Amino acid sequence: MRHTLAVLVENHPGVLSRVAGLFARRGYNIESLVVGETEDKTVSRITLVVEGDEKVIEQVSKQLNKQVDVIKVNDITNEETVERQLLLLKVAADPPVRQEIMQIVEIFRCRIVDIGRRSLIIEATGDEEKIQAIIKSLQPFGIQELVRTGKVAMVRGQK
Amino acid sequence: MLLGAEILVKCLEKEGVEVIFGYPGGAVLEIYDALVKSECIKHILVRHEQGAAHEASGYARASGKVGVCLATSGPGATNLVTGIATAYMDSIPLVVITGQVPTSMVGTDAFQEVDITGITDPITKYNYLVKDPRQLPRIVKEAFHIARSGRPGPVVIDIPRDVSASLLEYEACDHIELRGYKPNVNGHAGQIKQVVQLLMDAKRPLICAGGGVISAGAGQELTKLAEILNVPVVSTMMGLGAIPGDHPLALGMLGTYGVARANLAVSRCDLFVALGMRFDDRVTGNTAKFAPGAKIVHIDIDPAEIGKNVRVDIPLVGDLKIVLNQLAGRLVSKENAVWWEEIASFPPIFGEDQGENPEITVPEIMKAINELAPDNIIFTTDVGQHQIWAAQLLKVKKPRTFISSGGLGTMGYGIPAAVGAQVACPGHTVLVITGDGSFQMGMPELGTALEQDLPLKVLILNNQSLGMVKQLQDHYCGGRYAAVHFKKNPDFHYLAKAYGALALKITRREEIGEKVSEFLRHPGLAVLEVIVTAKDNVYPMVLAGCGLAEMIGRE
Ligand SMILES: Cc1ncc(C[n+]2csc(CCOP(=O)(O)OP(=O)(O)O)c2C)c(N)n1
Ligand SMILES: [Mg+2]
Repeated sequence: MRHTLAVLVENHPGVLSRVAGLFARRGYNIESLVVGETEDKTVSRITLVVEGDEKVIEQVSKQLNKQVDVIKVNDITNEETVERQLLLLKVAADPPVRQEIMQIVEIFRCRIVDIGRRSLIIEATGDEEKIQAIIKSLQPFGIQELVRTGKVAMVRGQK
Repeated sequence: MLLGAEILVKCLEKEGVEVIFGYPGGAVLEIYDALVKSECIKHILVRHEQGAAHEASGYARASGKVGVCLATSGPGATNLVTGIATAYMDSIPLVVITGQVPTSMVGTDAFQEVDITGITDPITKYNYLVKDPRQLPRIVKEAFHIARSGRPGPVVIDIPRDVSASLLEYEACDHIELRGYKPNVNGHAGQIKQVVQLLMDAKRPLICAGGGVISAGAGQELTKLAEILNVPVVSTMMGLGAIPGDHPLALGMLGTYGVARANLAVSRCDLFVALGMRFDDRVTGNTAKFAPGAKIVHIDIDPAEIGKNVRVDIPLVGDLKIVLNQLAGRLVSKENAVWWEEIASFPPIFGEDQGENPEITVPEIMKAINELAPDNIIFTTDVGQHQIWAAQLLKVKKPRTFISSGGLGTMGYGIPAAVGAQVACPGHTVLVITGDGSFQMGMPELGTALEQDLPLKVLILNNQSLGMVKQLQDHYCGGRYAAVHFKKNPDFHYLAKAYGALALKITRREEIGEKVSEFLRHPGLAVLEVIVTAKDNVYPMVLAGCGLAEMIGRE
């Protein structure tokens, strides 16, 4: 099963390589890893998506916790979360199909951030499902370039 | 104003460092310049940096203090790597200091530049590249704290030359805050209660002492607890000496080369209480067949070890000295008489009987050592058959007196580890048990022993082969031997002489008693070579995929 871990770490150089090295060394499968500063500049947050059964995930969390630079590990897989990925996608867009692409962009509430003579760059954020859906809808027009981040996630406030 | 190097030395003194094992070079010139001026720290010049790391490790294991070693950048640093890995696998506290090229040149493939923090990431508890000399006091303090607390381990501090050479005001660091590092030392009360209940209810309880018992200084607590419950105790190789080896409750070493009664006890027990161990495959054999009828309690300071290799029924995280006291206070005495009757029916070693071998065998020598060794003996070993026989047969009576590379199995460990142990315990007899193969890997450090006037006793069990590998080839390669016989070995007698040692040799059985005794009593450095049979293998042995109960013995 896929797990999402929110890992708070010291904001030092070297931490990311220690964490990534740990995964490679112990043979854990990282699906995605996103890291960035948090509200506290001395702390970074790594959002990890890891594939594995309960036993593997328990080991992953323990091994992470064991790292001196790791402050806290939260498995938020079963929490109510807001999840987002960012997608940038360059799609072939000759005049005859531009209108159609723009409609798709509208429906998915993404944005066109660059207009070229024969292509458009589209920016989208959303959860995995939405990102997949956008990619699928734009596929027929010819995707020239695609880049996306891994997922970041935040647990929702108490209702 | 002080040099960064002088600040480093001041900080080391503040941590109570008395000895550093090291080897100089360009990137540590300033550090050496500052070190020779220190009145508190003695520097011991080694012959190879791997020796420095092993010596620091032997020192740490014999003394319970943090071992410190020092090397220059590049090859000096990479020569340390095996020693660091050896210490990491066995959870030995080290602070390893390396020189580095100047900060401005880091990353340019400069002369003797190597990314030692990168290289040692997987084999250190933590490491530092010091980029700002003002951070030295904090980093040194943290390094010692991390190395010695929780589950101990090696910490590397890599210091670029310009950091050592810069002038700055010294500001002591008296407080550190590591928010991501707070080892749990007290056992959880609820778990303690459950363990007590299991211990009281078990019909066939068994305690297993790992190296954690020794690093926690909990040997006495363990022995007391075992005595209250009259529970048999088995040990991992790292745990030998946690309970005296001649104690009536001690069954000896378990594992794929464990003694029969220990392995049979594991296979028959209904409760297995693991103390400070990590269920290495050499301990468990096939994990699916490990202690099949038992509930498993695992007590360890490192939560990541619990449940890593075997299923655990009750995990308990904490410092063993504290936890064992917490437990002892709640237990009432027991007999376990039926269980002891069963244990008494187990064969003691299994394959111990040598028959009538015309040539000398290693077990005979181990027996002589047990008879003749003084009380204050500290054993170190190398790696191979001789190591296993030592672990199976020697009576290790106190914690910190059996020093061997358990987790990494590093040949060449014995002699330098003994140098470190002898430096830590000057009045003790330190005996290295080595093989003809391993000796030649650790030999350079005899030079250090000579220079430091260390009266090591080096016992070479010469079977003219890499016996342990030969044994594996017997079992896994149909007896086809490859690269395990030394066609020519140097004359160890002359090598010993070259190092100023008393050189003794035993070739006949009749000489054993007298020569072993002369050897152990010699006041200075002594080397005893014993020509032993090349045909013998060490048993019992558990083949790959088998459980501990399926050990095989001598044919
Ligand atoms: C550095 C290193 N290289 C290789 C090995 C593999 N190895 C394990 S035991 C052994 C043979 C050791 O020979 P010796 O020291 O003569 O001991 P014996 O087994 O003959 O008693 C070897 C090569 C090792 N453990 N360590
Ligand atoms: Mg040999």
